[in-house]
Amino acid sequence: MITRRSLLEAAGTGAILVGAGRELSRTFISSAEAQAAAPNLPVQLPEGTRREAVLDALAGKKPLIKLSYRPPNYETPVELLRTAITSNDAFFVRYHLSDIPQVKAETWRLSVGGEGANGEVSLSLDELKQLPAVEIVAVCQCSGNRRGLFEPHVPGVEWGYGAMGCARWKGARLKDVLDRAGLKNEAIEIVVSGTDKGAVDKTPQFIKSIPVWKAVEDTTLIAYEMNGQPLPHWNGFPARVVLPGWTGTYWMKHVSKISAVTKPFEGFWMKSAYRIPVGKFPVVARFASQETAVNTPIAEMVVNSLLTSHANGATVKVGSKVTVGGVAWDAGYGIHTVDISTDGGNTWMAATLGEDLGRFAFRAFSHPVNMPTKGNYKIMARATNKIGQSQASALIANPAGYHHNVVQTLNLVAA
Amino acid sequence: MRSIIIAALSAAFCGALTVAAAAGEKPVQLKKATGSDKVEANCAACHTLDYIPMNSPFLNAAGWDAEVTKMINAFGAPISPADAKIIGDYLKANYGQ
Repeated sequence: MITRRSLLEAAGTGAILVGAGRELSRTFISSAEAQAAAPNLPVQLPEGTRREAVLDALAGKKPLIKLSYRPPNYETPVELLRTAITSNDAFFVRYHLSDIPQVKAETWRLSVGGEGANGEVSLSLDELKQLPAVEIVAVCQCSGNRRGLFEPHVPGVEWGYGAMGCARWKGARLKDVLDRAGLKNEAIEIVVSGTDKGAVDKTPQFIKSIPVWKAVEDTTLIAYEMNGQPLPHWNGFPARVVLPGWTGTYWMKHVSKISAVTKPFEGFWMKSAYRIPVGKFPVVARFASQETAVNTPIAEMVVNSLLTSHANGATVKVGSKVTVGGVAWDAGYGIHTVDISTDGGNTWMAATLGEDLGRFAFRAFSHPVNMPTKGNYKIMARATNKIGQSQASALIANPAGYHHNVVQTLNLVAA
Repeated sequence: MRSIIIAALSAAFCGALTVAAAAGEKPVQLKKATGSDKVEANCAACHTLDYIPMNSPFLNAAGWDAEVTKMINAFGAPISPADAKIIGDYLKANYGQ
């Protein structure tokens, strides 16, 4: 008879054997590779994160900053975020669960229905592509981007600055997809799920819901292209939700099922995870059917910017004029200004904004800075959107480490 | 009850081994100490062990207990109470505040 103990022992043996195999393969990593695998990380990250993170390339991707192998959580190095569009091979990867099937385009189906719909339909990828195609440039940012910079630290994936990217997405409107099944007036949320799941059956499958009002906006897509290419596997092939303005948690990858519901969806990933305290953040859009007296689902992104032109602590030539710059974004109200300070926040000057790729896109910015004398320069960037919201000057603490938009300081050394 | 646990464990480890091979993950070495075998045997079924050093050394004892409890109660990890205690003690001693 198999006992729990003997099974554990057997499993332990397996783990040791696997471990031994990995140990063997590790001896073939050259010292040059080991050196190349040291990413430039923010000093504020937990000490353990800084020790463990390495540059590592997933299939089809450039080397990104690996925070965890399984499930894969890889962030984009800041130097690959210098442009308003992030390339597919540099785009960050974020999964909650470790069983991630390779979906085949030919056999993939999208089922659409639910008790809040009039009927059920199942669409192939070709059928999805026959719906009117829409293109939109939009930022996808993990809710927990910059969690690793929280002080005090909070547990989770300890992201630095790069759990975000901006791409040109092409797909069908979710509204048009829902119309194929027919949405009832009583529907209040649209539930979306994908094909990835946990290693054990009891792990709650990653399922999210979206309020109907947001789901049926013209800008909400089921996207099948990213920057003119099919979605990379790691970014949701063959189709994913694109919910411009809202954090990445709703952008369901490998989406396979869409259900309209007439009652608030009760799943773990809505009721327990991805929630922020009520009233602490300057957000406008609300997810009323999921709100409680104390917390609410994280939804729209807060206004933010990132200086990407230089690595923190970079040396520049004394007497030169240096152009600093980066990208700014918000929830879709649009970036109004990005102000730059070169004196630690005492005085601010407006940066030059780059091309406007749409209200949901990264807005590039740049500003020339004179470096007249030797020494340290503290460069800061602060974005303001068109409804008057600016980045936070002090961290807004919250248990899960979301919405970090504190003005960042880039240290440059003129020598 | 026992058969359910065995089925879940069996699924966990089979799943973990196939997924691990597919992802091409590299070795994550935890500190060798009392309990590290239990950590490797239980935690690595669902995720690589880099999650542990990544979340260090800022969690206090209550913080690590909360993480172990979350893995069991929220994520359904089939870890016995005895192993949970050993795992918690290991994390506090080696990756705690």
